Amino acid sequence: MKKKWISYSYVLWMTVFIVVPLVLVLFFSFMSSTDGDFSFTLEHYRRFMDFKEPYIKVLWRSVLLAGISTIICLVLGYPVAMILASKKMSKKSFLMFLFVLPMWMNFLLRTYAWMTLLEKNGFINMILSFFNIGPLQLLYNEGAVILGMVYNFLPFMVLPIYSVLRKIDHSVIEAAEDLGADQFTVFRKIIFPLSLPGVFSGISMVFMPAVTTFVISRLLGGGQFMLIGNLIERQFLLAGDWNFGSAVSIVMMLIILISMAVMSKYDKEHEGGGLW
Amino acid sequence: MVKDIFNRIYLFLIFVFLYAPIAVLIIFSFNNSKSRANWNGFTLKWYLQLFRDPDIKKALYYTILIAIISSIISTIIGTAAAIGIHSMSKWKKSLVMNITYLPILNPDIVTGISLMILFIFLKVRLGFVSMLLAHVTFNIPYVILSVMPKLKQLNKHLYEAALDLGASPTYAFFKVILPEIMPGIITGALLAFTLSLDDFVISFFTAGSGVTNLSIAIYSMARRGVNPTINALSTLMFLSVLILLFIVNKRTSKDIKEEKN
Repeated sequence: MKKKWISYSYVLWMTVFIVVPLVLVLFFSFMSSTDGDFSFTLEHYRRFMDFKEPYIKVLWRSVLLAGISTIICLVLGYPVAMILASKKMSKKSFLMFLFVLPMWMNFLLRTYAWMTLLEKNGFINMILSFFNIGPLQLLYNEGAVILGMVYNFLPFMVLPIYSVLRKIDHSVIEAAEDLGADQFTVFRKIIFPLSLPGVFSGISMVFMPAVTTFVISRLLGGGQFMLIGNLIERQFLLAGDWNFGSAVSIVMMLIILISMAVMSKYDKEHEGGGLW
Repeated sequence: MVKDIFNRIYLFLIFVFLYAPIAVLIIFSFNNSKSRANWNGFTLKWYLQLFRDPDIKKALYYTILIAIISSIISTIIGTAAAIGIHSMSKWKKSLVMNITYLPILNPDIVTGISLMILFIFLKVRLGFVSMLLAHVTFNIPYVILSVMPKLKQLNKHLYEAALDLGASPTYAFFKVILPEIMPGIITGALLAFTLSLDDFVISFFTAGSGVTNLSIAIYSMARRGVNPTINALSTLMFLSVLILLFIVNKRTSKDIKEEKN
């Protein structure tokens, strides 16, 4: 079956809507301005890296908050994956369904739900007031942003780990137990190393959307809480500085693609279960 | 035994963490007071307000319309692309596949702004058309990735056998190849449909000011602060997801039972 021509419409589409836009972003990031004056410059990258400007701090804050959220997701999610994957659990598929269900709800609504919980006369402050505490300022700080990230991306950590754990050959674990290993040794020497591909794909599936988000930081972090996603949004929609925005986008893209490459190097077996 | 109880408690707490926000959202959509600090009795007025809101109605209309059109277009282009890519030479195939992965791997915000730049550069007015083109663009890769595995599983002698038995290439394609890869195509189409329904970031940058989908409407409402009509909207959306998943589950479990018999 030789039908190469049949994909030409896609190749055309792909060129116009995937390749050309990225080339344009790259092009604008090296140009001094968008109108008329098309001279080459590295000024936008220099400005981004300049320690006197706030931008490098924004990048650092994004990486830090996303990193903390990823670690919390791993610590909270790994036991969940283990419990769900363990043989003893009855109604496993139903529990899995319950776990995935909130993910089907619109991402913005899930984030909005935390706004109603954390706000000044929100649900949590209402409960606290029964104990004569508060009202506390729970919204619009780093903690709220991290909470939002953990809440939204926790399933992305659990699912790949779960699917790898389920595939582990139980006779390997039994063999270790027969040879006298206690439960902790079995976990440290057998279960955890075997689950690493799932852990790595979980880490990249949580870290990447977390580091690039601008919605969670805008809704739960308030206006002053700028992450790199907000910085890009601002350059394009408010400040109108496309060149600088393009340069920031290119930096972010490089960070993501490099960390993906590093992750997939560790994840050589390609066993990390996908979402679908 | 102790470990078992501990496991159950831990799992229960995680479920509380996952569901408590949604539960509170739903309960307070029936609250008569605009403030969430106290319960002033049961009401349906937020739902009435929601149904009367012309912006929400328009957003819902655009969301569904774009999801339907973009999933149809991307399924057709994506399926054709997968068939073509399947018979490409090795290096061409890997080049095209690497570019296909780009919109999936790239942060949504980069895809969004790059398409926005393209549309403004080409002087395409930001609105319905630009948003539709953007949705088709990010949907196609998912269709290709759903159809490709089915093509790899395909026995290539089947097509040759059909030709030997006198079928024209077109006839053989529709009678032999297409039914074999149909499950992949349907998965891809459903995936495209849900991704399009749920998309916010890319739509946000490519929709311009005149056209909104539900996600954009929710974002602009939530940005202004807490609003009980969003609670009502969430409740309805959660219910529809629940019903939809229930039906799908019922159907697949019925299929499995029928296969067993």
